[in-house]
Amino acid sequence: MTAPKAVEPLIFEYSRPGRGAAAQHPPALAKTGGDDLPAALRRRTPPRLPEVSELDTVRHFTRLSQLNFAIDTHFYPLGSCTMKYNPKACNQYAMLPEFIGRHPLAPATHGQGFLECMFELQEMLKEVTGMRAVSLNPMAGAHGEFAGVAMIRAYHAARGDHARNEIIVPEAAHGTNPATATMCGCVVREIPVDDQGDVDLEALAKVVGPNTAGIMLTNPSTLGVFERKIREVAKLVHDAGGLLYYDGANLNAILGKVRPGDMGFDVIHMNLHKTFSTPHGGGGPGAGAVGVSARLEPFLPVPVVGREGDGYRWLSERDRPQSIGRLSAFMGNAGVLLRAYVYMRMLGRDGMARVGEYATLNANYLMARLRAAGFDLAYPDRRASHEFIVTMKKQAKELNVTAMDVAKRLLDHGFHAPTTYFPLLVPECLLIEPTETESRETLDAFVEAMVSILAEAHADAAKLKGAPYTMPVRRLDDVRAAKQLDLAWKPVNSPA
Amino acid sequence: MPFLPHTETDVREMLATIGVPDVETLFDEIPEALRVKGLDGIPPGLSEMEIGRLMTARARRDGQPLAFLGGGAYEHHIPAAVWALTTRGEFYSAYTPYQAEASQGTLQIIYEYQSMITSLTGLEVSNASLYDGGSAVAEAALMAVRAHRKSKSLRLLVPATLNPNYRRVALSTAGNQGLQFDVVPYERGSGCIDQKALATHAGKDYAALVIQQPNFFGQLEDVDALTDWAHAQGMFVIAAVNPTSLAILKPPAEWGAKGADICIGEGQPLGVPLSSGGPYFGFMTTRMEHVRSMPGRIVGRTVDLEGRPGFTLTLQAREQHIRRGKATSNICTNQGLLMTAATIYMTLLGPAGLAQVAEVSRSRTRELAELLIAVPGVRAAFSGPRFHELVLQLDVPVAGVLAKLAREGILAGVDLQEDYPELGNAMLVCATETKTRDDLQRYADALRGALR
Repeated sequence: MTAPKAVEPLIFEYSRPGRGAAAQHPPALAKTGGDDLPAALRRRTPPRLPEVSELDTVRHFTRLSQLNFAIDTHFYPLGSCTMKYNPKACNQYAMLPEFIGRHPLAPATHGQGFLECMFELQEMLKEVTGMRAVSLNPMAGAHGEFAGVAMIRAYHAARGDHARNEIIVPEAAHGTNPATATMCGCVVREIPVDDQGDVDLEALAKVVGPNTAGIMLTNPSTLGVFERKIREVAKLVHDAGGLLYYDGANLNAILGKVRPGDMGFDVIHMNLHKTFSTPHGGGGPGAGAVGVSARLEPFLPVPVVGREGDGYRWLSERDRPQSIGRLSAFMGNAGVLLRAYVYMRMLGRDGMARVGEYATLNANYLMARLRAAGFDLAYPDRRASHEFIVTMKKQAKELNVTAMDVAKRLLDHGFHAPTTYFPLLVPECLLIEPTETESRETLDAFVEAMVSILAEAHADAAKLKGAPYTMPVRRLDDVRAAKQLDLAWKPVNSPA
Repeated sequence: MPFLPHTETDVREMLATIGVPDVETLFDEIPEALRVKGLDGIPPGLSEMEIGRLMTARARRDGQPLAFLGGGAYEHHIPAAVWALTTRGEFYSAYTPYQAEASQGTLQIIYEYQSMITSLTGLEVSNASLYDGGSAVAEAALMAVRAHRKSKSLRLLVPATLNPNYRRVALSTAGNQGLQFDVVPYERGSGCIDQKALATHAGKDYAALVIQQPNFFGQLEDVDALTDWAHAQGMFVIAAVNPTSLAILKPPAEWGAKGADICIGEGQPLGVPLSSGGPYFGFMTTRMEHVRSMPGRIVGRTVDLEGRPGFTLTLQAREQHIRRGKATSNICTNQGLLMTAATIYMTLLGPAGLAQVAEVSRSRTRELAELLIAVPGVRAAFSGPRFHELVLQLDVPVAGVLAKLAREGILAGVDLQEDYPELGNAMLVCATETKTRDDLQRYADALRGALR
């Protein structure tokens, strides 16, 4: 028996020497003068790029696209990722030829339209978060986190307070939080949450002190509940001389309802690719704008857009000598920022407030229906924020059916899986975030799928554990992937 | 309501299912004192037609000047198919491929990308992208310190010929972990790393030497000698390269006797629009022995339950969602969509097309240099081989000249006054395959007029 074939061959398998997409190549020029490139600097053998026609290319990548689940094709309730609809207008207007053709080092005289959008975006983000100032520079959530913690460090250092190198993180935090603290040269102190999902204040009181640089919190937390003791947390940390960092991963839940600035946060990052609906792109680009209170404003990463009279310009290191510096070669993910700008202008003040409301309505509706259908909730006594957690602990124990099995079976029902095994402290968890852009019919269909999976768990657990069956591939051998590393294609007869 | 599908009936029935009288009740766990009363600072919403009009007007204001700008971002022709395919919703609106079975499209593209970029650079393994060229330098510096088993040094040597913004990003990113970047000056005649100055660092403990090829001035460094020198000192070599140039220039894996250890660069020239500076993507490749020190996502080919080939994220034990505080980096989301565009771009261009882009860009820059140097009061700052950029020196301050030409719709170069004051009235100029002979002539004529 021969091994089953790949669903779509690698692009290299279409390659034939001498074939090419000639229309794409620039016309050759007559040689002017001799070749002044020394032989020692020249490449001797051409790179192994495919030699294929334009039609081969279009078919191959179109077929590959069809192997993906995406928001445009499937409900994608991936908790903590806010997979809401990405309006087409945002893409179209960010890709106007003048915008995409503008060189980053073009003078401000040839960028006033773009800079005005950026300035207004900064202003809108300030308003919606209650912060004093914003920098659009960071290029992803984790990058924004880095900027935030670096600012906290710079703030303490500027005051001569060099002992503050501890960052407090609740155990349910995103993995990026402790990783960021480490990248900023800080020591991580993890604290527990209580049985209702709120921060354990006693534990917090024990760890704060003269070494506390700050605390990183997501609110609503990654447990899908609002941190009710936020003001007490803020007071404890501030009284100890530390600052509060807001991880904006879950900002969608409270958009237009509560502002991080009003909760006492000193610095926040916003995931524009979540809350403000810029595309996730199969793993980026994101945009992780940061907002700060007045005392941190001098430390914002540059460049920031400033207004002078009727004009706009980038403020650089010279304008902001205390800045933590530059985090991108130019000015962040400008094209993503334009998309977020278009989205925010289309929503306007009323639309923005509706985001938090309908995201919360959808989550609580889905939670109520799943509970009624027999699923266990991690926090049954709490309101859902924009997301909530179902735990398969009981089914794992009694039926040997795990959260992973449910996740894989959902794919067969035409739904992307929720986030699984995060947060780590809830066993067998499914973190479900429907977002506000999904219709009731979609949510109902998801409930039906979950109900049928639960029935299958009782009737035919083995079937469930073999899922998925309808995807381009069955479950993959991750152990083999890590042990027999195959990270790049090589021709069959190639030496290494 | 924009982007909300809910009818009044839906809302009513959903609230009844939940068992609350209204939506406000769903927020009753939030302390009343914290509730927002309104967002007066946000303007009222616009229809799609209205925002379209606004954005079009603003875009027109920025115009489409004739630009000869480089300095880390380059204007190349992007085949129509690249973004027609990249903006398909199945790529555009998907997320990181955590559910491998439902993400084989994205995963296979990453694998194909890794295959292309490793071949282009000659090194064995690649990740799935970093944020941009600047952050790639920072991540490479951190990785070199992590991966270097024999050196405990937190110091790296960076040349003054490295893009100054890359150096700034590296310092902002890695400085908090104690990394230091000592700058090696350049030689005034060639605009390349001053090897005599470099030699004064012999015998000192550095984790790595960074070499940019072509360097920030567009000049070509003697990468073989530099690499061999660094290796003789026990340093790693971090190659910072322009991917287009690699179609015709020696790949970093072949630099010197042993080749560079880590290769990084700005991926923008591979089919990514200039777009005011982003989104771009950084690339990174290295030797197999360092793969576990590499930051970012990596895709591997494996098989499924039925033995069919398939793709999955692998070596995740390096990453933040598993290792948390001990991860190789905090990077999570990277620049997947741009990596997708680059893969399609490299596919359409192929080895011959990419070499053609590189050669034609070089020729255009050489022609431009000849035309501009013929203008009285203009000379090349450096001699020696170049790629597709060069530094010109004028008799008068550059800023005024650039402003004059900008008014004529020509962005004539990048002023180097701030970063390289010792060069006097100097600017960095670039021409790619997108420029015609007429474009070059127009620039030369305008410069002649401005300097008259």
